[in-house]
Amino acid sequence: MTSPVIEVRDLRTHLVTRWGTIKAVDGVSFSVGEGETLGLVGESGSGKSMTCLSILGLVPRPAARILGGQVLLDGEDLLTKSPREMQRIRGKRVAMILQDPMSSLNPVFSVGMQIREPLASYHGLAGRALRERAVELLGSVGISSPAARLRAFPHQLSGGMRQRVVGAMAIAAPPRLLIADEPTTSLDLTIQAQYLRLLKDLQALHRLAMIFVTHNLGIVAKMCDRVAVMYAGRIVEAGGVETIFRAPRHPYTRALLESVPRLGESTEWLTAIEGQPPDLAALPPGCAFAPRCPRAMARCRAEEPPEFTPAPGHSSRCWLDAPP
Amino acid sequence: MSPAPLLEATALTKHFPVRKGLFGRPAGLVRAVDAVSFAIEAGKTLGLVGESGCGKTTTSRMILHVETPTSGAIRFEGAPLVGLDRDGLRRYRRSVQAVFQDPYASLDPRMRVGTIVGEPLVINERPAVPTLRKRVLELLELVGLPERAAELYPHEFSGGQRQRIAIARALALSPKLVVLDEPVSALDVSIRAQILNLLRDLQRRLGVSYLFIAHDLAAVAHMSHTIAVMYLGKIVELGAAADVARRPKHPYTQALFSAALPLDPRERPEEIILSGEIPSPLDPPPGCRFHTRCRHVMERCRRDEPPLAPESGRLVACHLYPASAA
Repeated sequence: MTSPVIEVRDLRTHLVTRWGTIKAVDGVSFSVGEGETLGLVGESGSGKSMTCLSILGLVPRPAARILGGQVLLDGEDLLTKSPREMQRIRGKRVAMILQDPMSSLNPVFSVGMQIREPLASYHGLAGRALRERAVELLGSVGISSPAARLRAFPHQLSGGMRQRVVGAMAIAAPPRLLIADEPTTSLDLTIQAQYLRLLKDLQALHRLAMIFVTHNLGIVAKMCDRVAVMYAGRIVEAGGVETIFRAPRHPYTRALLESVPRLGESTEWLTAIEGQPPDLAALPPGCAFAPRCPRAMARCRAEEPPEFTPAPGHSSRCWLDAPP
Repeated sequence: MSPAPLLEATALTKHFPVRKGLFGRPAGLVRAVDAVSFAIEAGKTLGLVGESGCGKTTTSRMILHVETPTSGAIRFEGAPLVGLDRDGLRRYRRSVQAVFQDPYASLDPRMRVGTIVGEPLVINERPAVPTLRKRVLELLELVGLPERAAELYPHEFSGGQRQRIAIARALALSPKLVVLDEPVSALDVSIRAQILNLLRDLQRRLGVSYLFIAHDLAAVAHMSHTIAVMYLGKIVELGAAADVARRPKHPYTQALFSAALPLDPRERPEEIILSGEIPSPLDPPPGCRFHTRCRHVMERCRRDEPPLAPESGRLVACHLYPASAA
């Protein structure tokens, strides 16, 4: 097996707030290889976005502190880099697409200026070559008449087009790792279908390693090779996408899959997950999911389950998977 | 013959004039909703699906009577809304309530939950304090909240619980129809099933009708008895939920439902990726409004607008089907 593009080892990012320390990311490990897509699934507050921000060195300071672990990009630990070095790495070797394209685009600059900026600073392009490369990039994300669009401002584009522009900027380098954080949540369904297809094509073309953050399990099923399910700052289950969907082990993953209505299946009642999402400032001892778990045992409320490996390449943090 | 529907919309139309310049000279017309007809049966759910700008929210606003139709009629329990006097409208507004997407925006942060849920009663019925308190506690119990919730403020609740508060408030006046505009979109995935189950249980117990608007097609198909699919202000397909969801006929419905991704990595349904973007409702294409993105576009689609006509037990507005070829 070739070495992974990105390897995260035992990452711990905590937030220090007035109400106490929040373990936003608490011992997360995973790796993604070239051309591979990892789906990071979880609810709000599960730590999926904070994991991505930790990789990029963009955690909100001073509240957030990366307390430990390693983030290895092609073997280099990003956590030891200076802010200046990280600035060179972001955009060039790691790129990110966010949910809202307007948070990535500057409303007062034309699309052309914003696309040319990384090309000029990372590739030293100038003049005609720079312009041609910008047109080529816009065309490669499926924007029609790209030369004319260079003069447009973000507000003149539709949501789908804006997200395409962000995509064009993200692959300008092209990077080794692309992090997509809910990139289609603000798009309409038929536009989402177009954008997912585009991301797949770009990934195949550039052999990108991709981390796809989403709470939409349908997108995970379609886009990802491997899945990591997060709950309260930890990866509670990880494995190949078929395994996770066909034979989930962790009760949270199971409940999540069962609670979603499916097209073409008429069930009277959905299997709801009882209770409320966990309060990260006041996590119970033991397993964080235990208060909502239908199969919780006395042990789950007392002791936190370590990572078990029910099958090769499949991990689960649940006492039910403890070897006998 | 089935009994008359609870609510019937006939050729419902809403055009918004676009004004320009200092003196607001009319510069165009947004045809937000254009001659849309549908019915909502008592105790049943009509699901309204479509992408942004298709007119589903404008339709719901006309039903809530916050927007006056440009033309067309809404009949509620057989009586047209236009003919209602002040008292009649007041009664109508009590019978039709709404729950919105964002329970963080729809609840006043400075009011206690008991006051929020009881406010519609105070305004409309002026009950004595003990009666009011009893009703509020009943409503909270109905939506699965504890009694002490009445004394707390909205910020002390999670998103799912807040949506329960909004539902309790909507039910306070025992409405006959509740407009649910994206009621679970803002909630965490693990909470959505709780709320959908609650809504279904309430329908069963109270016999209330729903107009369910959402972009999560699986949720709409799960909740609805009938589904209407809208595109650029028009209904393109209308029929029983199971038929529309499983065997969609209109090319737009087909593309829409193919974009709703199945929860199974091995299931690879035919992928229909529409080209292009949704045209502006300021200047909808002539003929069939979908023809600019349709895979099956024919010459006449660019010219003639297809009527909504019966096809395979539902209504479809498309020239592909012989029923509309006449």
